[in-house]
Amino acid sequence: MKKDYIGILVLICCVSLVPFFIQNNYYIGVFVFTGINCLACIGLSLLMGYAGQISLGHAAFIGIGAYSSAILTVTYHWFPWFAILAGVVFSVITALCIGIPALRLKGHYLAMATMGFGSIMHIVAVAAIDITAGPSGISGIPKLSLFGFELNTDVQFFYFIWFVVILGLYLAINIIHSREGRALRSLHGSEDAARAMGIHTSMYKIKIFLFSAVYASLAGSFYAHYVNYIDPDPFGVMHSVLLLTMVAVGGIHQLWGAVIGAILLSLLPEFLSSLTEFFDSFNITYQTDYDTIIYGSILLLIMLFMPEGLVKGISTFYKYTIGRYLIPKHETK
Amino acid sequence: MLKLLNINTYYGLVHVLKNASLHVNPGEIVTLIGANGAGKTTMLRAISGLNSVAEGKIIFEGKPIQNINADKLVKLGIAHVPEGRQIFRPMTVLENLELGGYLIHKQHGKAYVRTAMNSMFDLFPILKQRQDQYAGTLSGGEQQMLAIAMALMCKPKLLLLDEPSMGLAPLIVKEIFNTISKLQKDNGLTVLLVEQNAKAALQIANRGYVMETGRIILEERADELLLNQEVRRAYLGKDKRNIWE
Repeated sequence: MKKDYIGILVLICCVSLVPFFIQNNYYIGVFVFTGINCLACIGLSLLMGYAGQISLGHAAFIGIGAYSSAILTVTYHWFPWFAILAGVVFSVITALCIGIPALRLKGHYLAMATMGFGSIMHIVAVAAIDITAGPSGISGIPKLSLFGFELNTDVQFFYFIWFVVILGLYLAINIIHSREGRALRSLHGSEDAARAMGIHTSMYKIKIFLFSAVYASLAGSFYAHYVNYIDPDPFGVMHSVLLLTMVAVGGIHQLWGAVIGAILLSLLPEFLSSLTEFFDSFNITYQTDYDTIIYGSILLLIMLFMPEGLVKGISTFYKYTIGRYLIPKHETK
Repeated sequence: MLKLLNINTYYGLVHVLKNASLHVNPGEIVTLIGANGAGKTTMLRAISGLNSVAEGKIIFEGKPIQNINADKLVKLGIAHVPEGRQIFRPMTVLENLELGGYLIHKQHGKAYVRTAMNSMFDLFPILKQRQDQYAGTLSGGEQQMLAIAMALMCKPKLLLLDEPSMGLAPLIVKEIFNTISKLQKDNGLTVLLVEQNAKAALQIANRGYVMETGRIILEERADELLLNQEVRRAYLGKDKRNIWE
């Protein structure tokens, strides 16, 4: 718990320093998307890492949030914050309708069911042209304003989104260390034993599913307000898989894993595209298709050598290499 | 205190418990012995609501409790220690105990959980030493103690113990059984104990039931069961020769 708070402080420091080093608006934008992914991943990590339930339909909740914000502000001229709230309510209702039957399933079956839900929502977004404007998308979504200040520049939105992420992380950390959180973590072990402790397991599964849907919905709403334009493309099943990958790469059993994984995999494509220039200077043609290869091999290596994710992997690595020499000798005996 | 009347349960099409009946009086240790697959565990799971009951009645303190959700039964005062040391391995011992106090935390607050935890540490001093360790790193005996302590956290009236001796060294089995019998004498705890280790179980129990293929075939005082020829032959592994000769 103490470690977590120190981690949050470190994160705050890092985040507040980023705009001083990076002036380019494009890269600030990349960090904004990183924050949005982080938010969704924290929710997903609560569901997957702590409650042990898999979801391959999380992008759909992001979509519900984004579309609620877009439609309510553009078509019905709602105040953005009310639209965000409405998005959260829609997500919760949807999660309830999906969660009650789906969370009775386990393992692969739950993954299939949520994946089915994800692709259905994507098809709805594409096909319900009257409501969602279909593949042509909705544009002209207003910018968010905070206490009268409009979040006009990328840097302002950057600070805003990371404030939300850190708030969400703080909330999630407190949840997992509370009585409810312990009950949640017990689901991951043995459900029978959890029930024998007096824990209503199915209720907890649904609760946490709703909770992670809220995180995803907020991420979607902020996405819509930041980009000011949405189409169904980013809310497909592939995005759910990407979120899942982020959580898994960082480490599924730790909230920090979700944060680190989200940051890493969101920044990786940018790093890879900068490789193009690097190779160009050697007169080697680097094609963007190679990205997939590098991307895949990084995932493969992490899964092979650090199956518990980067956070755990690196800390174990540290313990057995550098940490070994730092511990006083009488303790190593 | 607890009464089971003609219980029938099924796993799919398999008829597991066939008109099984038993009763447990307040303050006694009752043991249920029998071979593998006789339905002992199923019986416990039916009582604690983890398995559904097709026919028959389960009455706890005058109220029918069959097919009530397991989590509600814990509130009524039935604690179940499932088979095979089902503790939460990635959590620390302290967290496991806090989880055991899940219900009393809600009703009485944090301080109450702390006192309950301290009384568990008095009962099992080894757990106090190990409190910050991950539960998965405990030895088998310690894990079993933790599992029992977790069940006792919410101060149950009836403790359902499913094979606490499974895979443990005889010395540790003895220690655990001593603790159970101490709990009965000092706190008046009622225990329904399912055991493979018939001898150890019968030594601390007041009464015993013998199960065979889903039926209760014998009910007697524990000390008499220990002397019963048939039980000795089948479950205690003694005097085989006497019978065959």
